Amino acid sequence: MTSETLFHVQQSERQRAGRLKDRIFCCTVAGCLAGGADAVRDAIGREVEQRGLGAEVEVSGTGCMGLCSEGPLVRSSASDSIHTNVIPSDAPAIVHGSRPGALTPDHPFYAGQRRIILANSGHTDPERIADYIAAGGYHALLRAVTEMTPEQIVAAVRRSGLRGRGGAGYPTGLKWELVARQSSPVKYVVCNADEGDPGAFMNRSVLEGDPHRVLEGMAIAGRAVGAHQGYVYVRGESPLAVARLRTALDQARREGLLGERIFESGFNFRVDLRIGAGAYVCGEETALLASIEGKRGQPIPRPPYPPERGLWNQPTLINNVETFANIPTIVEKGGDWFASIGSPSSPGTKVFALAGRVARAGLVEVTIGSPLRKILYDLGGGVPAGYEFKAAQTGGPAGGCIPAAHLDVSMDYDSLQSIGTMMGSGGLIVMDTSTCMVDIARYFMEFCREESCGKCIPCRAGTVQMHDILARITRGEGREDDFLMLEELSGLLRTASLCGLGMAAPNPVLSTLRHFRNEYESHIREHRCPAGHCRMPAVRVSTEEVPA
Amino acid sequence: MNEIKGPTETKGPEKLLEEVMARHHYSGDALIEILHAAQLFHGCLSAPLLKEIARKLRLPPSRVLGVATFYHLFRFTPPTKHTACICIGTACYVEGAADLVEIVRRNGWNLDAVRCSGTCGLAPLVVCDGVTLRRATPAKLEDYLRSAAGPV
Repeated sequence: MTSETLFHVQQSERQRAGRLKDRIFCCTVAGCLAGGADAVRDAIGREVEQRGLGAEVEVSGTGCMGLCSEGPLVRSSASDSIHTNVIPSDAPAIVHGSRPGALTPDHPFYAGQRRIILANSGHTDPERIADYIAAGGYHALLRAVTEMTPEQIVAAVRRSGLRGRGGAGYPTGLKWELVARQSSPVKYVVCNADEGDPGAFMNRSVLEGDPHRVLEGMAIAGRAVGAHQGYVYVRGESPLAVARLRTALDQARREGLLGERIFESGFNFRVDLRIGAGAYVCGEETALLASIEGKRGQPIPRPPYPPERGLWNQPTLINNVETFANIPTIVEKGGDWFASIGSPSSPGTKVFALAGRVARAGLVEVTIGSPLRKILYDLGGGVPAGYEFKAAQTGGPAGGCIPAAHLDVSMDYDSLQSIGTMMGSGGLIVMDTSTCMVDIARYFMEFCREESCGKCIPCRAGTVQMHDILARITRGEGREDDFLMLEELSGLLRTASLCGLGMAAPNPVLSTLRHFRNEYESHIREHRCPAGHCRMPAVRVSTEEVPA
Repeated sequence: MNEIKGPTETKGPEKLLEEVMARHHYSGDALIEILHAAQLFHGCLSAPLLKEIARKLRLPPSRVLGVATFYHLFRFTPPTKHTACICIGTACYVEGAADLVEIVRRNGWNLDAVRCSGTCGLAPLVVCDGVTLRRATPAKLEDYLRSAAGPV
């Protein structure tokens, strides 16, 4: 594809869309599909056909529109509104435009969001590359290849202040610079799409809803650091994401947007897929690289870091899906524009997967630094009536809990760290008073125990010991010295583990010990679970009433 | 890259697997892809099958077995007739997924668990033979399992 064809496709695609009276977008991402979105789409398609509106109304699939708990969602572009809880029999009313109760962009769930990564969701069909181009896609790649030097691209990313969205928050520009500086002729770009945190579905939704954005980001990265080969390492548990990526890759190759001589320049960039086989530890970068090489996904000690020696011992740039998804916008609008959004120390937006005991669950994209209260109450609609907020969990098994006292915390990397949790990849799970925090700590420890790769002893044995203690406490057999033992083991895992999995495994325990120590005390001293969740034998008669 | 399809009448699983290995140039780097394909075509990874893959890829059998047993998605016994996959991701756990496990066991279904199926807005989630039950409750699941299993 040349630059002229790119503009031509964009023009003709826009004209085609302009001739349509309405374009009806049906969410075709995992959440809504589980709720029967396929049948809804078929019904609307049939309705359009039966009424002979085929020339004026188009029915398309689209990416995640966010409000997953009220899916299947259907968006009408004519009225710019979103229908919720759609069933197939709603098709006539939707095509006619008379179904009441559709949400408009000023609905609190949408008004509080700032969409950069999810900008195309609800507006383009992830299975049509022309849609992505019409929305301005691959224009950033064109600029990066024809107008910018690799140094200029790296400088733009540095200026943007973008930090890695996988959880650790390492400055992306610095990482790019490190890889670009290596003199090796062979380098790799790897997209970490092994989103394994339980309760997190941001990356999966981006891949299912806008796969070209990620591929474009990777190609720009390849140009910036001097790599000609990229890999997307995607979770095997997300078959739809794999399928959408395959489709997108085929299209981009066919259009010459990936492959040899992109935009008739000397720049070549191929992307291949690698499908994971279910191992949480493969989200750790060195384990991920081992897995791409067809080995057991076990981490190796760093340094050397992958930017120096990574895949097949060559310099390798590894970024998360969401990090790459930010790149096209940064190249197009400039680093300074991006740096002006969000908080100065962590600019940009972050996608959170809001779930648990909250009225409106789903995917939200907000500027970094938004207060937690705004996300939970304005966007999420708060905790449903009859329940009481207890804590929000971020960062999955490596993160911690935010208690009610910190509801106004600014959701950015540093503020979250200061209260003992972390941004993580974006899972945000709301818990009410019926959730036992000791049991949640046990749940995450069980997860880490199961997922520990077994290479280093602190993690392999430490998670077993910590889980045993926590399980004992939830059975009502806790001992006074368990506090000390948990803290000691936590310190050991943090300092002596080989990789991030083991180092972060104690975080949920430390965080719940910090904010909910009283619950541990009730379990151990009174053999009582304040949340009424843990079933314990009545060993000791307590004078206090046991809640039902 | 075409989507990998299961065995058909004209092509047996051995032939299909051979094609996948050839496409990857019998390279050890592609071991995980090849294991994925082998499981898809044969239903599970049996010991003779793993040995055969090792021979074809010129890898030590220990390496092939080591990789296959490391990852959760590979199985070594044939799948059973009915499988219920319960999501035990955080959102589903908080919403009571643990109570559903017992129900599946009691109904004699094969129990599978996934750490997060990425559909947290509809927690808790159970996938029974490919059919998704959202916001599952013990009663709802019990009813479904009984009606779906039919006469054995």
